[in-house]
Amino acid sequence: MRTYLDFEKPIEELNTTIEKTNEIGTKGSVDISTTLRELKDKLDETTKSIYANLTPWQRVQVSRHPERPYTLDYIKAITNNDFLELHGDRNVKDDKAMVGGFGSIDGQTVMFIGQQKGRNTKQRNFRNFGMANPEGYRKALRLMKLAEKFNKPIVCLIDTPGAYPGLEAEERGQGEAIARNLYEMMILKVPVICIIIGEGASGGALGIGIGDRVLMLENTWYSVISPESCSSILWRSWDYKEIAAEALKLTGKDMLKNKLIDGIIKEPLGGAHAEPEKMYKKLKTEIKRNLSKLNELDALDRIDKRIDKFCKMGVYK
Amino acid sequence: MSWFKRSDKGIVTPTKEKKETPDGFWYKTPKGDIIETTELEKNNYVTPEEGYHTRIGSKQYFEIIFDKNKYQTIAPELESGDPLNFEDTKKYKDRIVASQKKTGLKDAMEAAYGKTNGQPLVVACMDFSFIGGSMGSVVGEKIAKAIDVAIAKECPFMLITKSGGARMMEAGFSLMQMAKTSAKLTQLSAAKQPYIAYLTDPTTGGVTASFAMLGDINIAEPGALIGFAGPRVIKETIGKDLPEGFQTSEFLLEKGFLDFIVDRTKLKEKLEQVIRMFKN
Repeated sequence: MRTYLDFEKPIEELNTTIEKTNEIGTKGSVDISTTLRELKDKLDETTKSIYANLTPWQRVQVSRHPERPYTLDYIKAITNNDFLELHGDRNVKDDKAMVGGFGSIDGQTVMFIGQQKGRNTKQRNFRNFGMANPEGYRKALRLMKLAEKFNKPIVCLIDTPGAYPGLEAEERGQGEAIARNLYEMMILKVPVICIIIGEGASGGALGIGIGDRVLMLENTWYSVISPESCSSILWRSWDYKEIAAEALKLTGKDMLKNKLIDGIIKEPLGGAHAEPEKMYKKLKTEIKRNLSKLNELDALDRIDKRIDKFCKMGVYK
Repeated sequence: MSWFKRSDKGIVTPTKEKKETPDGFWYKTPKGDIIETTELEKNNYVTPEEGYHTRIGSKQYFEIIFDKNKYQTIAPELESGDPLNFEDTKKYKDRIVASQKKTGLKDAMEAAYGKTNGQPLVVACMDFSFIGGSMGSVVGEKIAKAIDVAIAKECPFMLITKSGGARMMEAGFSLMQMAKTSAKLTQLSAAKQPYIAYLTDPTTGGVTASFAMLGDINIAEPGALIGFAGPRVIKETIGKDLPEGFQTSEFLLEKGFLDFIVDRTKLKEKLEQVIRMFKN
């Protein structure tokens, strides 16, 4: 059963009608082909018009859709299951909220790193809801350094509601772990592509988000705080999340307009979860295209450009 | 019968002869002692008895650090551009103007170049009084400019942090200041100039997760709150009370994230040693 978001009601209704029509078709001798064609056209049209006019808050909802592909889904699809997962930060433990390892894209080895969410309650707990601890960021950095040593490009897939705000996270230096990554990623000699595939919440996202190319999937968000938390802090109530989502300018379109990211990757109609295979293919194409462009530059050029890009961010007078 | 008997009738003191206590003459310490503010000032705004470090601003820190209070400010004209036209219960633009009026500052960061113990030094210092010392584009750009000066003058760079974290009203721009300042610090490193981070109360959020923790040496004032997530958020997340002294300077020193803690009254003295060690 597909999960529908509140604003997807018309899509749900049409899909139900299509199912029922199909049932009638298989049971009886009534010719349903015309009706079915009409219904499918209507479904396409409705989905298009709903998705063309998504509000920022609705996009946040799509980015958290329970059926949306997660990091490991992308990695496995893109590498055709030729993925060697690596574990541990060599210091404290293996953070299950941050995954990574070597994967092969049409013969080229790439280091994949990303936050991983879970699909059901058990998995969600196991993955800590995609909220990494300091050892997660340190594991990520270890893998990046490994990639740099063997001259492999890095692809970071970002999907997190934030870095974990826990007692032990503080004891082990959550702040230091993220800060260290920002610094070290800035001067990595290999190409780095960062893609927001779901939620890009604040420092927890940025901690693996410094790249030559920072891209966002169409229905994702990236900002300094979630709309809910922003609402609770600035409006002192949880009820202003829609307005906060609007005010934060957290969609790909706004982030690109403000030159805070480098590009947007289109999603299939109805979001990545509607047609995952299409999404995987698209992401693979984009990774390959961007990598081949980045490979044209030498390492020092790439680093200079990366540093320059981030140094230009900000508006003041 | 009354308690006091007025012997002379009709006594009137002219206004100009009335003795008044000026505002802010006294300071009440957290323990409850009452001391004169001049005494507090003389002691670098640290209460003499209990050593409590009161929150002070960039102006006071510059006075403490720079010889004879002489220094040149760096990019003092910078102001926020309100890139998102942000409005919550109040317009961000209005918040800026109100904060500027209240504090006499342009934003939450001042930077200056001068000499301390005869040695050149660039200091960037956050002002908590300006929207909670929050980090927006101006804070990022001032740090960038200050680092450029340190590189050009071939001198160490010191950053005094005092901030609640990101400035929400600049959303994505605020977040990217973490990246920007880290990028600038790689340039300072490449120029082989030391970076001293001095963490003061409070240092939290995105500031802790970027430049505050990236010092070649990290030092802090005693008793400062330093952390990534705020204590209230952590308490809500784990559903337990936090241990005593959690997220204080002393806690961070114990956990290995600070090189040492230095009392504000000893700061200048200690800086002399630090700079000398790097230089000679």
